[in-house]
Amino acid sequence: MADAGMLRFHVPEPEVRPGGTPDFSNVTIAEAGSVPRPDIDVDPRTIRDMAFSIIRVLNRNGEAVGPWAGLLSSEELLEGLRNMMTLRTFDARMQMAQRQGKTSFYMQHLGEEAVSCAFRKALKPGDMNFPTYRQAGLLIADGYPMVTMMNQIYSNETDPLKGRQLPIMYSSKEHGFFSISGNLATQYIQAVGWAMASAISNDSRIAAAWIGDGSTAESDFHSALVFASTYKAPVVLNVVNNQWAISTFQGIARGGSGTFAARGLGFGIPSLRVDGNDYLAVHAVAKWAAERARNNLGPTLVEYVTYRAGAHSSSDDPSAYRPKTESDAWPLGDPVMRLKNHLIKLGVWSDERHAQAEAEILDTVIAAQKEAESHGTLHAGGKPSTREMFEGVFAEMPPHLRRQRQQAGV
Amino acid sequence: MPRRTMIEAIRDAMDVSMERDSKVVVFGEDVGFFGGVFRVTHGLQAKYGKSRCFDAPINESGIVGSAIGMAAYGLKPCVEIQFADYMYPAYDQLTQEAARLRYRSNGDFTCPIVVRMPTGGGIFGGQTHSQSPEALFTHVSGLKTVVPSNPHDAKGLLIAAIEDPDPVIFLEPKRLYNGPFDGHHDRPVTPWSKHELGEVADGHYTVPLGKAAIRRAGSDVTVLAYGTMVYVAQAAAEETRIDAEIIDLRTLLPLDLDTIVASVKKTGRCVVVHEATLTSGFGAELSALVQENCFYHLEAPVARVAGWDTPYPHAQEWEYFPGPARVGRALVETLQA
Repeated sequence: MADAGMLRFHVPEPEVRPGGTPDFSNVTIAEAGSVPRPDIDVDPRTIRDMAFSIIRVLNRNGEAVGPWAGLLSSEELLEGLRNMMTLRTFDARMQMAQRQGKTSFYMQHLGEEAVSCAFRKALKPGDMNFPTYRQAGLLIADGYPMVTMMNQIYSNETDPLKGRQLPIMYSSKEHGFFSISGNLATQYIQAVGWAMASAISNDSRIAAAWIGDGSTAESDFHSALVFASTYKAPVVLNVVNNQWAISTFQGIARGGSGTFAARGLGFGIPSLRVDGNDYLAVHAVAKWAAERARNNLGPTLVEYVTYRAGAHSSSDDPSAYRPKTESDAWPLGDPVMRLKNHLIKLGVWSDERHAQAEAEILDTVIAAQKEAESHGTLHAGGKPSTREMFEGVFAEMPPHLRRQRQQAGV
Repeated sequence: MPRRTMIEAIRDAMDVSMERDSKVVVFGEDVGFFGGVFRVTHGLQAKYGKSRCFDAPINESGIVGSAIGMAAYGLKPCVEIQFADYMYPAYDQLTQEAARLRYRSNGDFTCPIVVRMPTGGGIFGGQTHSQSPEALFTHVSGLKTVVPSNPHDAKGLLIAAIEDPDPVIFLEPKRLYNGPFDGHHDRPVTPWSKHELGEVADGHYTVPLGKAAIRRAGSDVTVLAYGTMVYVAQAAAEETRIDAEIIDLRTLLPLDLDTIVASVKKTGRCVVVHEATLTSGFGAELSALVQENCFYHLEAPVARVAGWDTPYPHAQEWEYFPGPARVGRALVETLQA
């Protein structure tokens, strides 16, 4: 072999940076309806190609097509649309509240609403999600009160978490929503543990793990796949690929694996990719994976291909690292518009009714916001007592914390 | 009353707990079929089945992370980290997840887990089988840290830890597994079968967390110790003929400050002893607390005897290990000060 010369260090780069023209021509998108729907007890070895394709139901004409279509009634789809619109409006109001100084921090879902809203509908009461910071649709779609979410965001006197946790790090066991940590990937293996516990207890409930594309690089992601695969845990392993980990494009975490779904193949875990902006496709794939879990068939890895149209958080400005028009060029479109168009095609929705619903939702969100603000915002009005700072570290307060609380004069 | 080794006592604690509560599950590396590299979990899988006691992949973060999820579900996992030195991959899960789950969710979710791990040196285990990382746990808000020094306490403390509603780190001084090692490595160790604290009652009992024990009453100086160092301190007191009051802390957090303060106010002198490295060790906390609470009763500076601030060496184990000679010197110096 000839002399290979000096070694070269490789650092992946996105196709385009600010100032360039957005280009997603490298993103191969399967035609809606073209990916088959295997039986839930399929041999994972026979569906390896599904980790490289994209399951889609809604076509460009707003029609639901193919083997993954037909699971949801018009009423259920209308509810899904309303949930996504509610989440979007909620986000807009809370982002604004952050800008107005009413809280320290916010994270919105813009462009990713279908993933969590549709997934929630594939679960049953008692199932448990281990979410990241961008799955509030799980709460909205389950009827969790918006005013309670806002109380948490404002850390006000009625904050269910007593002001101890960063805004949007909700917790609701009742609604199958595990306490958000704020660390990345730690919850992924915890979800697997919860699922193992359910199996150990001969229960029928399942768990869902959530992670973003960037955090799949964490070792806890790998831990979760090892444990889920080894013990055939009844868990759905969700990867939300929204293309961007703050300023880092998905290629930095993905490396040479081709897709994030492909990470599951080495573990023998059925691994699917789905159009994350297609409410029907997300729901259908989630349902398939949940049924596998419930039938002792073990874990499924699902990669939701979507796009983070907004900033990472209220502390982030994406124009510094990607073209401003990139989200408009995203080839999978907007989840709200796509479902709206589908419902119009079905003859159960119209532009007028959509505009009316937008106005109603805005009124509802504003009413919730007013109620939450009557209990205080981060720097004004009612706030949790300083005493609360010392409570809840342990079930019973140990002597050293009692002494410190006395020193603090509370 | 039956006499048991510390290994048998700890196993018995898990056996009793698993028998009483079907929510108690035990897992870790080599823990299932084989029963653990120190054989602590021997027989539990055969008795309770593979759903209650099983082998885990070599993945400490996964062991603790999955245990947290199980606890959130409602089980009571008691997991083994094969050596305390292997816990670092799980440190994120322990400190930022297990320790804070109750607080951050305001009790919506809790984390009643026990993480057992053999700690300390004295077995020629080198850098990766000899560490004493207790201060890395006591520094964390939300964790309880226990270090038993004998079979009777080990069983009662472990049952109390398993029944505790919060995460407990249970550090097992591996040099004490088979007898009360006093640092005289050139002499045979008395087996637990010949020691009164090897008496371990059958069935259920607890030793409460947060309560120290006075192992030797005395009037000259208070020695604060835990784990193996309790016996090293006893040997040092006997060999120097100093009337030391030796307190076995048993639980480092929550700490039994009342027992410590009462003793130091009586003796007016205090020596703190631990195997772990000196700087920022738990002895620093103890010495600060004694100073804050007993300053006007002190007749000498609080002394610390600890492992040197080096990685745990191999060939130089007995020069590193704070044995009875070093502890004895500290006792003498504290009395002469």
